[in-house]
Amino acid sequence: MRSTRAVELSTGLFVLLGFAALFFLVTQITNRELSINDNSYEVVAHFENIGSLKPGAAVSVAGVTIGRVESITFDQQIYKAVVRMRINSQYNRIPVDSDASIMTSGLLGGQYIGITIGGADEYLGNGDRIEFVQDALVLENLINQLVATFSRRGEDAQGSQAEETK
Amino acid sequence: MNLLRELIDSLRSFVVTVGAVALFFARVLGQVPLAILRPRFIIEQIYNAGALSLVIIMTCGLFVGMVLGLQGYDLLQRFGSEDALGTGAALALIKELGPVVTALLFAGRAGTALASEIGLMRATDQLAAMEMMAVDPFRRVVAPRFLGGLIAVPLLTVIFISIGIFGVQLIGVQQLGVDAAAFWSQMRSSVDVADVMEGVIKGCVFGVACSLIAVYEGYTAVPTAEGVGRATTRTVVISAVLTLILDYMLTAVML
Repeated sequence: MRSTRAVELSTGLFVLLGFAALFFLVTQITNRELSINDNSYEVVAHFENIGSLKPGAAVSVAGVTIGRVESITFDQQIYKAVVRMRINSQYNRIPVDSDASIMTSGLLGGQYIGITIGGADEYLGNGDRIEFVQDALVLENLINQLVATFSRRGEDAQGSQAEETK
Repeated sequence: MNLLRELIDSLRSFVVTVGAVALFFARVLGQVPLAILRPRFIIEQIYNAGALSLVIIMTCGLFVGMVLGLQGYDLLQRFGSEDALGTGAALALIKELGPVVTALLFAGRAGTALASEIGLMRATDQLAAMEMMAVDPFRRVVAPRFLGGLIAVPLLTVIFISIGIFGVQLIGVQQLGVDAAAFWSQMRSSVDVADVMEGVIKGCVFGVACSLIAVYEGYTAVPTAEGVGRATTRTVVISAVLTLILDYMLTAVML
């Protein structure tokens, strides 16, 4: 039988190791960032279609993550999706005419908001709205457009052939 | 006709067993507040169930993670999306493999020890002796062991998952050359705190189930050498089956 002190010591080590593992999982593996609300400002953008964008998705400029999507709601007044983003306040020189678009990372990757820097002298502040937006690319719409274009071209070709034969 | 009677009999004994386990569970829960007053016994049981299982849990976690790395890489590179290895392996470990394999290992490593220990106490009349001395064996023996297992399994689960993710990273990133940044950032962007909580909740439920089965089987063991052996076997078998059934139910509820 081991002495009580050794038992308590290794039990304590075990419990601490367990909580360290839990802390590792919650902070390192998930997208929860503990200090995002401390110094950040909020920016809003209205989209016609957000695709499969989810709260917590990255907001990035030139591929660098500068913030996160905080919430996504649907505004019945304007019939658009309202996306609220929290941007780290160290990035406080984003021009007001910047362009926010919803993009997809990789083949199986999630969607994120990419900001393309504009040219204005004024910078976005807390509560401002990004006016220039580009919706998510929905594959079905793209295919529909493609089909429509091809079928119209096909009809044109048939029509011109018919005229030629006349 | 005989067959039907046997069927009814075994069904009846199954219902009786379920009822007995439920009553046993209620009795253990009734003793839990009193058992907490003497944390020394619980610490001893956390040591037995948790600290002593640490090596086997960590070894198995590492190898499960490494296998997941190999298999996941082989699967994903057929679609040209090896970068999703981190996401897939982490979710598999957090939501399924971590809690389930930990519970199975716990049943084999600690559950059998619990059942045979209590069974031998019964066989050598130690439990009866305690009752003679007006010490409630439920408070002194059963409840601390149950609580020890209940606390140990969720902790073992998160340790298993962490080591497993390290194993995936070891094979995927270090050996097979998945881009480290893509591996971690994709994992981070698609694993949610809710996913981790799902794994922890599963760990807690499996901890209750496996500990309860072990102490129940030990406490109700036939007090002979054969009876204790049988109780040990039944502990592993019932714990494993119950873990997998509960896993399906919990997944269906939480997904």
